[in-house]
Amino acid sequence: MDLLDFARGPAINVAMAVLVFGVLWRLLAIVFLGKPVDRTVPRLGTPGPFMAGVREIARRMVPHPTFAFAERFAFFNGWVFHVGLAIVVFGFRPHILFVKNLTGLSWPALPSGVIYAVGAITALSLTAALIKRLTSPVQRFISTADDYVSWLVTMAPVVTGLAAVGHVGARYETLLAIHILSVAVLLIWLPFGKLFHAVLVFLSRATTGAFLARRGV
Amino acid sequence: MTDQINVQAAADKFLAAIGRPLASWAEACVKCGLCAEACHFYQATKDPKYTPAWKILPIAKAHKARTGFLGMLGLAPKITEKDLKEWEELIFDTCNMCGRCTLVCPMGIDIASITGATRAAMAAAGVGPEDLFAAAENSRDRGSPLGLSPEKLEDRLEWLADDNEIDLPLDKKGADVLLTVSSIEMMKYPDSIVSMAKLLNHAGVNWTFSKKGYEATNFGYLTGKTDIAKTMTMRIVDAAEELGVKAVIIPECGHAYGVMRWQAANVIGRPLPFEVFHITEYLAKLKREGKFEFKPYSKPFTYHDPCQISRRGGATADARYLMEGLATDFREMTPTANSNWCCGGGGGVQAIARSAPIRYKVFKIKTEQVAATGVDTLVSSCANCRLTMDEAKAATKWTGGLESIVEILAEHLVTKDDD
Ligand code: SF4
Ligand code: SF4
Repeated sequence: MDLLDFARGPAINVAMAVLVFGVLWRLLAIVFLGKPVDRTVPRLGTPGPFMAGVREIARRMVPHPTFAFAERFAFFNGWVFHVGLAIVVFGFRPHILFVKNLTGLSWPALPSGVIYAVGAITALSLTAALIKRLTSPVQRFISTADDYVSWLVTMAPVVTGLAAVGHVGARYETLLAIHILSVAVLLIWLPFGKLFHAVLVFLSRATTGAFLARRGV
Repeated sequence: MTDQINVQAAADKFLAAIGRPLASWAEACVKCGLCAEACHFYQATKDPKYTPAWKILPIAKAHKARTGFLGMLGLAPKITEKDLKEWEELIFDTCNMCGRCTLVCPMGIDIASITGATRAAMAAAGVGPEDLFAAAENSRDRGSPLGLSPEKLEDRLEWLADDNEIDLPLDKKGADVLLTVSSIEMMKYPDSIVSMAKLLNHAGVNWTFSKKGYEATNFGYLTGKTDIAKTMTMRIVDAAEELGVKAVIIPECGHAYGVMRWQAANVIGRPLPFEVFHITEYLAKLKREGKFEFKPYSKPFTYHDPCQISRRGGATADARYLMEGLATDFREMTPTANSNWCCGGGGGVQAIARSAPIRYKVFKIKTEQVAATGVDTLVSSCANCRLTMDEAKAATKWTGGLESIVEILAEHLVTKDDD
């Protein structure tokens, strides 16, 4: 078995299994903690917890009006790399083929040129996020190894993917194998570190939405 | 503060408190640092340790030590005595549980709730500011943090009634409404108590004070001493149930409202058999019913939103409604309402003497807000905000005026004598 076979076969399969079990374990560990019963009387005319939760998930997609100026870089840059990652992951033909092989599902791909451009923008945006983290006294102070590891495992597939399609630095097969391995690392890391916010964002926002809505805020 | 720090008690308390909401919040932080923008303690000092996200650390560590992947294998670091000591200042002295950082957080993490739970764990371990803890113990043992015992309450009410020629009913059988007091008002701003009574009497409300349950402030809650929080809550609940009232009114005090309206039922483990109103909510209700007419108040002023009444309480609109038709020159500050800056004294921080220097720095944010409106009178509806700002005003030689909305309403009430 060569490196590419290893990457495409056992590596990615194990990574996906770890992802699924890891996400389920961590999520269920939180869900099964249960929610304390709230016996207070909700303010009249406020939405119930479910609607309030959905509203809060949507509401925090854009900056709070009071802090729009303070949040301008974080939100703009955050949107750029999140959307960029989504476009590259779900819009690139080989990725769609991979999903099709796995699940049978497929959808139209975006032109490769668009994907390359978006990939490059995403890499720049992630770099900007890192520079911000390293230069902002607040962010540097509160950051831990998790933040840097999470950055690295997110950035790696973007860079290796760009290198593979650009045939930069090595044979295509080797580059592709490295790319797939970097994705495997990302999938394995996701449930354990802060990348799990991809799942928790819904739970955390919805919890706050329900909490505040009950009070009529 | 104490010699004996019981780390295990803190770990147990954390574990008991962490349900789905706290766990989701404790695990969700992406370290974007945006919350620093919202917190007055960071803004006043620019010290990164005051970034609200940093306050998540103890609870996150305690949680991970028991439930994370490594925790289950017994490999995760546990919370230590050093952690508790190091975070004491952040959790007690420099968090008002004001919820401002919750507004800005893209993950929606509620640091105020995290601080509340962390205080409870620290208090269980015996870590916390001595003066704040003493206020809680005074409340339990003497009825109030400032020593307002039932006998003193009776004395002071008699004196206020005589002095102001006003009816201040105490333990009146058959009353519909129980009015509570904040001992801060009783000791420092008694006019506020007379004003509430004047407005309620004028509207024909059948109300009373009670010797059994009068102290609305709850230092048990503020210190995280859950047993005292329950004792203080039960005093009011017992008094209200004995009198059979339909409603309990919380005076001009933010956290007292938050505790009774949004926590008490959970503290005692059953729904409250009465409604809870902040005084501004109750007066707004009476105004809607057409019970009041006011003379114009022409002094230019701005309004400070107490966090627990506006941003955390949901009663933001009622203060504005009360000012409608009364105030001829009311100017909103920027930011205002649910985004307003905290006074820096909420969440018990006012009672922590060593926090005074940082509170004075925070007060500068407020005075700048006031100056930007072009007025020099700052009105509020919380005696604790008022006390915090009064102290800071003296220390910083601010020349503006601080007033209470209830007192203004009472002063401008159109009564029979005006005809
Ligand atoms: S704003 Fe929220 S996610 Fe960002 S650092 Fe603060 S607590 Fe963490
Ligand atoms: S709740 Fe208020 S005081 Fe506490 S960290 Fe958040 S903004 Fe700062």
